[in-house]
Amino acid sequence: MFNRDRWNEILQVLTANWFRTVLTAFGVFWGIFILIILLAAGKGLENGIRADFGNIATNTMFMWTQNVTKAYKGLPKDRNFNFKVDDVDAIKRSVPGLRYISPRNQSGGFQGAGNVIRGMKSGSFQIYGDYPEIIRQQPMDITSGRFINYSDIREKRKVAVIGTDVRKSLYDLGETVLGSYIKVNGVNFMIIGTYHKSNTDGNADAQKDIYTPFTTFSQVFNRADNVGWMAITAVDGTPITGIKEDVFSVLKERHSIHPEDIRAIGHFDLFEQFSRVVRLFGALEFIAYFVGVLVLLSGIIGVSNIMLIVVKERTKEIGIRRALGEGPWSIKKQILMESIFLTIISGMAGIVFGALLIYGINYILEMNGPVDMFVNPNVNLGVVVVALIILIVSGLLAGFIPANSAIKVRPIEALRTE
Amino acid sequence: MIEIKNLHKSYKMGSNSLHVLKGIDFSVAEGELVAIMGSSGSGKSTLLNILGMLDTADSGDYVLDGVPIENLNETKAAQYRNKFLGFIFQSFNLINYKSAMENVALPLYYQKVNRKERQEKALNYLERVGLKQWATHLPSELSGGQKQRVAIARAMAAEPKVLLADEPTGALDSKTSYEVMDLIQKINDDGNTILVVTHEEDIAEMCKRIVHLKDGVIVEDKKVEQVRASAYV
Ligand SMILES: Nc1ncnc2c1ncn2[C@@H]1O[C@H](COP(=O)(O)OP(=O)(O)OP(=O)(O)O)[C@@H](O)[C@H]1O
Ligand SMILES: [Mg+2]
Repeated sequence: MFNRDRWNEILQVLTANWFRTVLTAFGVFWGIFILIILLAAGKGLENGIRADFGNIATNTMFMWTQNVTKAYKGLPKDRNFNFKVDDVDAIKRSVPGLRYISPRNQSGGFQGAGNVIRGMKSGSFQIYGDYPEIIRQQPMDITSGRFINYSDIREKRKVAVIGTDVRKSLYDLGETVLGSYIKVNGVNFMIIGTYHKSNTDGNADAQKDIYTPFTTFSQVFNRADNVGWMAITAVDGTPITGIKEDVFSVLKERHSIHPEDIRAIGHFDLFEQFSRVVRLFGALEFIAYFVGVLVLLSGIIGVSNIMLIVVKERTKEIGIRRALGEGPWSIKKQILMESIFLTIISGMAGIVFGALLIYGINYILEMNGPVDMFVNPNVNLGVVVVALIILIVSGLLAGFIPANSAIKVRPIEALRTE
Repeated sequence: MIEIKNLHKSYKMGSNSLHVLKGIDFSVAEGELVAIMGSSGSGKSTLLNILGMLDTADSGDYVLDGVPIENLNETKAAQYRNKFLGFIFQSFNLINYKSAMENVALPLYYQKVNRKERQEKALNYLERVGLKQWATHLPSELSGGQKQRVAIARAMAAEPKVLLADEPTGALDSKTSYEVMDLIQKINDDGNTILVVTHEEDIAEMCKRIVHLKDGVIVEDKKVEQVRASAYV
């Protein structure tokens, strides 16, 4: 393997006809190049979409009440109903495999113009009554202070966490925010923290929310024990999609809703969405490998072809070598190594050029700011290793037929050829 | 050194076969210099190729230096060729992209001699054929006579038991032929066994024994008084 003479020989043979060698190498180069680029593009798309999902616990669904559409147990259809605080415990008790259940209430937004006031300033913002877990289901960065905790919940403290945009419109630059008060629908809340959501999902209002403890919210805004909606996250490994029907059943039972009334409870299954996307990535990767390997295959056939021609051209030389006492295995090895060497060198060139191109694209992306749904295309080391293995194997395959044909000719016949 | 008995060889071409060697009995002692003569198509090359294990006989025994040569697989045959035999061809058969020295060193490479020793030996043999200063030249930069001398150095390099030369002077003019024969004689003087196939009477005269083939059998086998080639050089 690490025999200087053998390598000399390989180089001598491959450089004997530069142009042909380069043309041959190009086939393999191109195959690997395409493979790398396709994989990187797929990865870029994946990164882009994953960034859209942010670091949300994706095994999550959101559900809310809608109109009942089936009469049941003497109750009419078309009636309204509300989730209750007790529902949370009921779900917890009867459905295993759930990690967080966050009941939520919400007010304000578009219908509550000017609902928040601070001194002379005012604005309209979404107000949420939330449990501390919501920060895991809808992540945000706490830029100062802290988020709501269970003491707030228990003691029904009138405290709030506000978004950066809320701070900007209610506070002057440099003003102390923490510990100050804002008036929400006429009730004073003390600011205990500010947040910023890095994953905005294209939502311009993402930094305009105000979070308050769920219990406080219910009390001061007279929601009694009603729950507007819930964010439910299942434990890892138990897809929420699989157990959400159990959750619905519990709620339907508790609220006397016909078991087949599918429209009474509305929901959004983030996990399902996410899985669909993940499946798409899988398909993309498959296509990348499929196309890349096919292109590579034509390159390999090219190498094999050229090696056959080289062997044919060298028949006489091989005859001479055998007359001088070179064994058939040595000849076979020589041809195989030539072919592997050629494939690996050209493949490496493909990998390097692919990597450079990806690097360039990343550079341009960085210079021109983010592009929607396309972030940091890249290939990881694993892919490079896989590509190298593919190359070695294909070099072997490409050299196999030529190597065999080299020793198939009897020495005396090989010597007789001109 | 060489012992063959009742050697037969025929070439099959389609349905008919051509019987080329029809029972050859022949032996060569160590240190002999034998010329094999005969008209074209008489089977000289065929015989030499069988002796060189490049081809196989249909029947008959062949013992080389006490080793029976039969049923060799290609790996074994390559080893034997490397160890026992040196070839000199009419068309030189040098490897064109290797320098004179690399060509000479090649059989040593197959003997797994290390690089340094190989180069030393190759240079040494090139010196013996008077081509040391041509060591780094490619065959295309050499004349016919020089090429044949490189080929002889190469055949000698592995220190074989027997040198087989098939019309070594066939592609050379008479002056160069004599130079080559001079070299062959000197090698023979050192005790090497050499078989030379030739058409030329004067070349044959420079050997110590002449074997005549005709229609696949030996018709004449005689010792001759050797004419020294150096007289003509
Ligand atoms: N590979 C082969 N297939 C078929 N016939 C062959 C083959 N090699 C040689 N022959 C035939 O065998 C006969 C002997 O050939 P060979 O080469 O031994 O002759 P030769 O004595 O060396 O002749 P020359 O002096 O012309 O070199 C010839 O008739 C030739 O046509
Ligand atoms: Mg002949």
